[in-house]
Amino acid sequence: MIRTIVLTVENRPGALARITGLFSARGINIESLTVARTDDPTLSHMTIVVDLDDAALEKLLKLLDRLVDVVTVTAVNPRNAVERELLLLKVRHEPGQKLELLKEAEIFRARVVDVSSQSYVLELTGDEEKLEAFIRVFEKYGIVELVRSGKVAMARG
Amino acid sequence: MRMKGTEIFIECLRREGVSVVFGHPGGAILPIYDRLYDAEIRHILMRHEQAAAHAADGYARASGRVGVAMATSGPGATNLVTGIASAFMDSVPMVIFTGQVPSTLIGTDAFQEADVVGITRPCTKHNYLVLRTEELARTIREAFYLARTGRPGPVLVDLPKDIQLSECEFVYPEEVRLRGYRPILDGDPEAIRQAVVAILEAKRPVIYAGGGVIASEGAVELQRLAEMARVPVATTLMGLGGFPTEHPLSLAMLGMHGSWYANMAVSRCDLLIAIGVRFDDRVTGKLAAFAPEARKIHIDIDPAEINKNVRVDIPIVGDVRRVLSVLNAELEARLREFRTMTWEAERRAWLEQIAEWKRAYPFCYDFDERVIKPQWVIEEIARITQGEAILTTDVGQHQMWAAQYYRFKHPRTWITSGGLGAMGFGLPAAIGAWFARPDRPIIAICGDGSFQMTMQELAVVAEHRIPLKIVIINNAYLGMVRQWQEIFYNGRYSASDLRVSPDYAKIAEAYGLRGYTVRRPEELTDLFEQELLASEPVLFDVHVAAEENVYPMVPPGAAITEMIVGPMASKRMAHSKASMG
Repeated sequence: MIRTIVLTVENRPGALARITGLFSARGINIESLTVARTDDPTLSHMTIVVDLDDAALEKLLKLLDRLVDVVTVTAVNPRNAVERELLLLKVRHEPGQKLELLKEAEIFRARVVDVSSQSYVLELTGDEEKLEAFIRVFEKYGIVELVRSGKVAMARG
Repeated sequence: MRMKGTEIFIECLRREGVSVVFGHPGGAILPIYDRLYDAEIRHILMRHEQAAAHAADGYARASGRVGVAMATSGPGATNLVTGIASAFMDSVPMVIFTGQVPSTLIGTDAFQEADVVGITRPCTKHNYLVLRTEELARTIREAFYLARTGRPGPVLVDLPKDIQLSECEFVYPEEVRLRGYRPILDGDPEAIRQAVVAILEAKRPVIYAGGGVIASEGAVELQRLAEMARVPVATTLMGLGGFPTEHPLSLAMLGMHGSWYANMAVSRCDLLIAIGVRFDDRVTGKLAAFAPEARKIHIDIDPAEINKNVRVDIPIVGDVRRVLSVLNAELEARLREFRTMTWEAERRAWLEQIAEWKRAYPFCYDFDERVIKPQWVIEEIARITQGEAILTTDVGQHQMWAAQYYRFKHPRTWITSGGLGAMGFGLPAAIGAWFARPDRPIIAICGDGSFQMTMQELAVVAEHRIPLKIVIINNAYLGMVRQWQEIFYNGRYSASDLRVSPDYAKIAEAYGLRGYTVRRPEELTDLFEQELLASEPVLFDVHVAAEENVYPMVPPGAAITEMIVGPMASKRMAHSKASMG
């Protein structure tokens, strides 16, 4: 089962390695990982997506909490959280397709952030489903390159 | 006041109450060694860094204080790793200082450079690379605080040479503020109340007590609980000494080489009270068959241990001693309402059942007049020391025999590498223990295989005239390996034969120590009576029955009642009406 774990951690060298070490030592693959500092420059916010069952998740959360560098850790329930991911998509524009392409981008509220003679770079933010749908629609134009940021999450309320 | 890094180092250690450190010098830590030269802190020069870590471990376990080890960068630090990993597995409070190449050279593959914080990250409670002298005092303060509080463990501080040499304003941080570290010491009162009711309502309760009892100084409360509620106590390898072996409620050790009756009691109990333990595989055997009929209470300071291997019904996170003291008060208050005639009768029936199991199959072996049985060596040590000695061990058969046949009376008198199982632990740990408790007889029970891994530390024994008694249980094999090969690998003794070995008594003599070779049972008693409590170091190379096995034994992956009981017990049990079923 796909899980999203949200942590606040000390913004210090080694903190990330300590955290990812707990995953790698147990053979758990990290699906995505984002880290950046928060409004408090001494703290980082981290969102980790993993595929785990309930029992394994419970153990992992406790081990994460045990780390001195981890200040808070929770597994977010998608129903009570806002989850977003950023996508950059470089797509070819053949003559005659430009208008349709831009219209479809508009439907997704994607923005054009770079224009060249052969391609556009589109930027899209949304949850996983929206991003997946967007990619499916734009496959027909010919995707040159695709980058996803990995998920960031925050509990609601 | 402006101070150099090395001066700050010494001052911080002084403030932590450190009086002795175990180490080995080298280039990157020379500035600190130069300062140690005329400091009040005593430095014990070990002959290998692994031994320095084990000595700090032995010191910490014998005293309950934080042990300190130090070494240089690169190979010095990597040699420490086995000792650090052992301390981590056994939750021993230690602070380890390593020299590091100057910060400007880090990452350049400089001479004797190793990524020590990277290497030790998974085997320390926490570790630090100090990159500014201004951070040194706070880091050392935090390191000691982390090592000794909560679930204790080793903390490593890596000190680049330039950090040791540069100066800054010294400010001692009186307070430690770690927002990500909040050990829970007091148990949830509601859970404790539930536990008390469960203990009083149980018909067949058993206590399963471990290293947490020792670490929290909780042995007195444990005994009070057992006696008040009349609950038998099985201890883990790490918990030996936490409950007197000869107490009527003692079940001795449980698990793979535990007593048959402890394993029977745990398997049949209706309530398992797990105290300061981690449901290790060497204790539980096949998980599905471990205490299958029991509700389970688990008291432990580390939330990550709760429900890790076994799901429990009443978890109580907290310091064992503090939880037990509240639990005992509550128990005492409620005892009267539960203690009916029926209650008494039920407890009596359970304890009688256990007594019957104990009679049916105690730890036993065939005594032999011609050849020394290793179990008998331990019994002789127990008889002569009356359970007042501190025992350290290596890892293997001799370790299990010592655990089975010694009569433990006090906490902190049993020092062994339990979780990691690091051979070569015994001698250096005994050296460390002596610096903590020079008032007690200290006996290192070593295997001939293990001893060869750290025997260079005899030099330290000689240098300080440490009155250790080193008893080598010499069977000219890697005995536990051989036993597994005999039972599980068709007797193919691959690489476990140590017939080509040195004369250990002569090795002792080479270091200026008294050494004896003992081959016959009648020699042993006389020699032990003369020398085991002598005020000088003595090494005994005791040649024992070579192919003796440790019994009983739970085969790996089997339920703990499926024990191989050994030939002696089979004979005994054939005459007994007790059934294994």
